[in-house]
Amino acid sequence: MSDPGEALASAKAAADRIVRAKRLNASLTPSKELRQSLTRQAQAAHPSGVLYGMPVAVKDNICTLEFTTTCGSKILEGYRSPYEATAVAKLKAAGALIAGKTNCDEFGMGSSTEHSAYGRALHPFDKTRVPGGSSGGSAALVAAGAVPAGLGSETGGSVRQPASFCGIVGIKPTYGRVSRSGLVAFGSSLDQIGVFGRSVHDAARVLSVISGRDPRDSTCEARDSLRLPTVPESLQGFVIGVPKEYFPPDLAPAVRRACDRAIRLLKELGAAVREVSLPHTQYAVPAYYIIAPAEASSNLARYDGARYGPRFDGAVDVGALYRTTRGEGFGPEVRRRVLVGTYVLSSGYYDAYYRRAQQMRALIAQDFRNVFDRGVDLLFTPTTPTPAFKAGEKLDDPVAMYLSDIFVVTANLAGLPAMSLPIGRVKGLPIGGQLIGQAFLEDEMIEAAYALERVVPAAEDT
Amino acid sequence: MTPAGGWETVIGLETHVQLRTASKMFCGCSAAFGAPPNTNVCPVCLGLPGALPVPNEQALKLAVRAALALGCTLHPKSVFARKNYFYPDLPKGYQISQFEQPLATQGALSYVSPDRGLTTASIVRLHVEEDAGKSLHDRFPKETAIDLNRCGVPLIEIVTGPDFRSPPEARRYLQTLKQVLEYAGISDCDMEKGSLRVDANVSVRRAGETALGTKTEVKNINSFAYVEKALTVERDRQIALLEGGGVVAQQTLLYDSKTNGVRPQRSKEQSHDYRYFPDPDLPPLALTEEFIAQQQAQLPELPAMKRERFMTQYALSVTDADVLTGDRAVADYYEAVVHAGADAKLGANWVINEVLADAKTHEEQLRVPPGALAQLIGLVRGGTLSQQAAKRVFAEVAERGGEPRNVAEALGVVQVADSGVVSGWVTEVLGAHPQEVVRYKQGETKLMPFFVGQVMKVSRGKADPKLAQRILEEKLPA
Repeated sequence: MSDPGEALASAKAAADRIVRAKRLNASLTPSKELRQSLTRQAQAAHPSGVLYGMPVAVKDNICTLEFTTTCGSKILEGYRSPYEATAVAKLKAAGALIAGKTNCDEFGMGSSTEHSAYGRALHPFDKTRVPGGSSGGSAALVAAGAVPAGLGSETGGSVRQPASFCGIVGIKPTYGRVSRSGLVAFGSSLDQIGVFGRSVHDAARVLSVISGRDPRDSTCEARDSLRLPTVPESLQGFVIGVPKEYFPPDLAPAVRRACDRAIRLLKELGAAVREVSLPHTQYAVPAYYIIAPAEASSNLARYDGARYGPRFDGAVDVGALYRTTRGEGFGPEVRRRVLVGTYVLSSGYYDAYYRRAQQMRALIAQDFRNVFDRGVDLLFTPTTPTPAFKAGEKLDDPVAMYLSDIFVVTANLAGLPAMSLPIGRVKGLPIGGQLIGQAFLEDEMIEAAYALERVVPAAEDT
Repeated sequence: MTPAGGWETVIGLETHVQLRTASKMFCGCSAAFGAPPNTNVCPVCLGLPGALPVPNEQALKLAVRAALALGCTLHPKSVFARKNYFYPDLPKGYQISQFEQPLATQGALSYVSPDRGLTTASIVRLHVEEDAGKSLHDRFPKETAIDLNRCGVPLIEIVTGPDFRSPPEARRYLQTLKQVLEYAGISDCDMEKGSLRVDANVSVRRAGETALGTKTEVKNINSFAYVEKALTVERDRQIALLEGGGVVAQQTLLYDSKTNGVRPQRSKEQSHDYRYFPDPDLPPLALTEEFIAQQQAQLPELPAMKRERFMTQYALSVTDADVLTGDRAVADYYEAVVHAGADAKLGANWVINEVLADAKTHEEQLRVPPGALAQLIGLVRGGTLSQQAAKRVFAEVAERGGEPRNVAEALGVVQVADSGVVSGWVTEVLGAHPQEVVRYKQGETKLMPFFVGQVMKVSRGKADPKLAQRILEEKLPA
C-alpha cells in the first residue's frame, strides 16, 4: 500500500470495524474521536513506511499523543501524555495508524481485563468469557478482525495469555529488545511491550518496527531492530525442548491433546524434539508475585493527585490527599498488589521475601540457560492450562487468577523472548501453544512459528 | 572549646554535594540554580507515567573524580537503588540513590584540626543520587508551593566515620572538603545556594569511654558558621541532659539559626522505612579501569600537594603558599603571573596584598589579567614606576583595563630618568628653598629627603627619586 487514498480508506474501514466491535468494550477511545484521529493520521502518514496505512490498536498503558493514556485506571482518567512512547513513535514513523487505545486490567494487573476501571472487555467468540489479560482489549480487537495488529504489554504473560485465549499470535520479545520509554511502568524489570497479530507475519513485522535501541531507556539494548526471518521449508536442524514441568497432570485434556498434535507436527517438519526439565518452574509464580508487586508499589507511588490525574479532594493535609486519591483512584487488585509490594520491601521482611524471590528468579533463569547450553534451540509448551475462562469465575480468588499465568511468567522472569500461536480449539474456544526462545534470538523462534502456523489446524477442535 | 567535666564530643558528617554539570542526573534538563519555578523540567524529572531515567555521564565522571580525590576505593560495579517515601516535592515517590552497593567506600581526607593538628577523617562511603524538588512554605499564605527545578539535580553524598572530636574540627574538615571539591571542579560547594549541605550525627561520652553515646542527627545547617554553632548547641544540650541524670533520645533535630537552638523534627517526618531496593530502570553501574584512569588523569593537583610545591618551586613561606593555594583560581592566577615573567616573591606579594584585596571588594573577581600584573611588576623593578605610582596604575587597569605601560603614561606617572630634565627640577627646588640650602651647607644633611620630596612634588611624582638624589648631592656640596 502506498497510495494516500488507500491509507484513508484503510483508516475509515478500521474505524468502522472498531466501532462495530463496541460491544466487546475492547476500545476505550470514543468513536468520533477515533474516526477524526484516524483520518488525520492517514493524511499525515508517510507513504514510504513499511507499515503504511496499517491500523494498530494500542494498549492504554502506552503513551500516545493522539489519545488519553489511562492504564485502565480511574487515577489517570483523562490523562494526556505530553510525549509518546518510543514504540508508538516508531510505528508512526513506519506509516502505521494508531487505531485508538484498548482496554486492559488496571496498570496491567490482572489476567482477564476484568480489573479495568472502564468495565470488563469481552471475549470476541463468547461474551460470557474473558479475553484474557491484561492486554485483553488489544487481543479482542485483533481477534474480532477490527485491526490486523495491536500493541500490548507484558509483565507476566499479559500478551501471550490473551493471545492464547483469543486465538491469535502474541509475541513478547526479549527484555531490552523494545524500548520501555512511554510504557507506563508496572514491574520495570519484567515489563516489555509485545505485539498481537492475526498471523505470525503481521505480529513479527510490527515487532520488527518497534524494536531496537533507544537512548531514552537504559535497559533497552543497543541493538539494531529485529530482522525478519523468511518462512522456512522445514525445521531440519532445530532442536525443540519440551519441559515436563509444563505438562502437569491437571492440564486440561484438550490443551494436552492440542500440544501433543503440535509436537507431532514439529517433528514432521524435521525438528528434533526432546523432553527437558526446568526444575525451578514451581517457584515462578511465587517469585513473580513478590517481585512484580514490589516494583509496582514503588512505580505507582507517583500517582498521588499532586501533579496530574484527578484529585479526590476534600483533603485537609497532604497525607489525607494521598490517602483519598490513592484509596479512591486505585481499584482493589492494584491496592492489593501495592500493599503486598510495600510489605515485601519493608525492613525486616526484605530478606525473607524480596531477596529470596530474586534468588529464585536467578535459579529460574539458570534453568533455561542450562537447557539452551545443551543444544536446545527453543522450548514448546502450552500457553495456558485452560482455554478462556468465564467472566467472574476467578474474580474473587486471586490465587486461581494468578495460576492462569503459570506457564507464561517464567519467560518474563528470565527475560526471554516467547510467543503464543493458535494450535487448535476446544468447543470453539482457542488453545495457544507457546514457543520460548533464547535471548535476542527472536528470529529463530519466529521461524519455527512460521513453520508450525502453516501446518497446524488452528481452527479445528481437537 | 573543650567542654567541661571530662566529656568528649563525637561527630560524624554526611555531606550532600551538588555536582557541577550542565544538566540533571537522569535527564537533559538544565541543572542551573535560580530559574523561574518549574521551568527546568521534563517528563523524566517530573516523574510522568512511562518516563525513564538515563544516567548523565558527566555526573558519573565528576563523582568518580570526587571518590579519587578523597582516596576512596571505587567499586567496579555499583547499583542504583530507590529510596521510597511520599513527599510532594518528590514526584516519583522515590529518590534514585545508592544503598547496598555504593560507588565508593573507604576513603580519607587529611585536614588541619584546630585542636589536634594534622588529622585524617575517614570517608565511609560516597554515593551518587538525585536531588528532590523544593517545598516553599512561605510563598503563599497557608499553602505550600512546589518548585521542581532542583528535582533530579546530581548529588554525591559523602559520609564520614564518627571522627570529629569538636565542632571547630568538624567545620575545618568541611572547609577542607570544600577546597578539594572546588579544586577538582566537582562542585561549586556554595552552601547558600544549597550546592553543599551537611547533616551531622552528634553524641557525647565521658572521656576515656570507648563505646559511643546515643546520637542525634542535626539537620538544616545552612552555612559554615552555623555548622560550629549548631554542633556546639547540640553537644551542650546533650551534656546538660546527661549531667541532669537524663538520657539522650535518638532523634532527628532541626537547627534554627534565628534562635541558635535545635528542635525535634515532627514525629510524622521521622522513622521512615525507605524500602530501598535496586532500581530496575537502571542497569548496575559498571566502571572500567580505563574510565577510572581517565578520571584520575583529569584530576588536578590538589591543595595540599600544591602548597608543598609552591614552597619549594617559588621559595615561598608556608603562610604565603597557604594563602595562594587556598583557592584554585588564585593559585592558577599566581602561576600565570610568574610564567608571564614576574619575580616569584614580588608576584606573591602583589597577589596577596593587591589582587586579593581588590577581589574582596569586587565579587572575588581577579580583575587585572596575569600578563598585565607581570608587566606592572616589571615596570617597578626596572625603575619605570615607583611603588606608589604602580598601585595607581593597578587600580586603573583593574577598573578600566589597558596595558600598564600605556596606562602609566596616560596617567603621567612614568618616572623621568633624563638627568637634564631632573636637573632642571633640582635647580627650581634649590632656588625656591634658599634657607634650607644654607642649613644643609652648614651640615644639616638630614634635609636630603626633604629636597628629594620637593623634587618629587615639583615633578608631580615623575622624577626618578634615585637620580634626583644623585643630582642634589652633586649640586649641594657639603
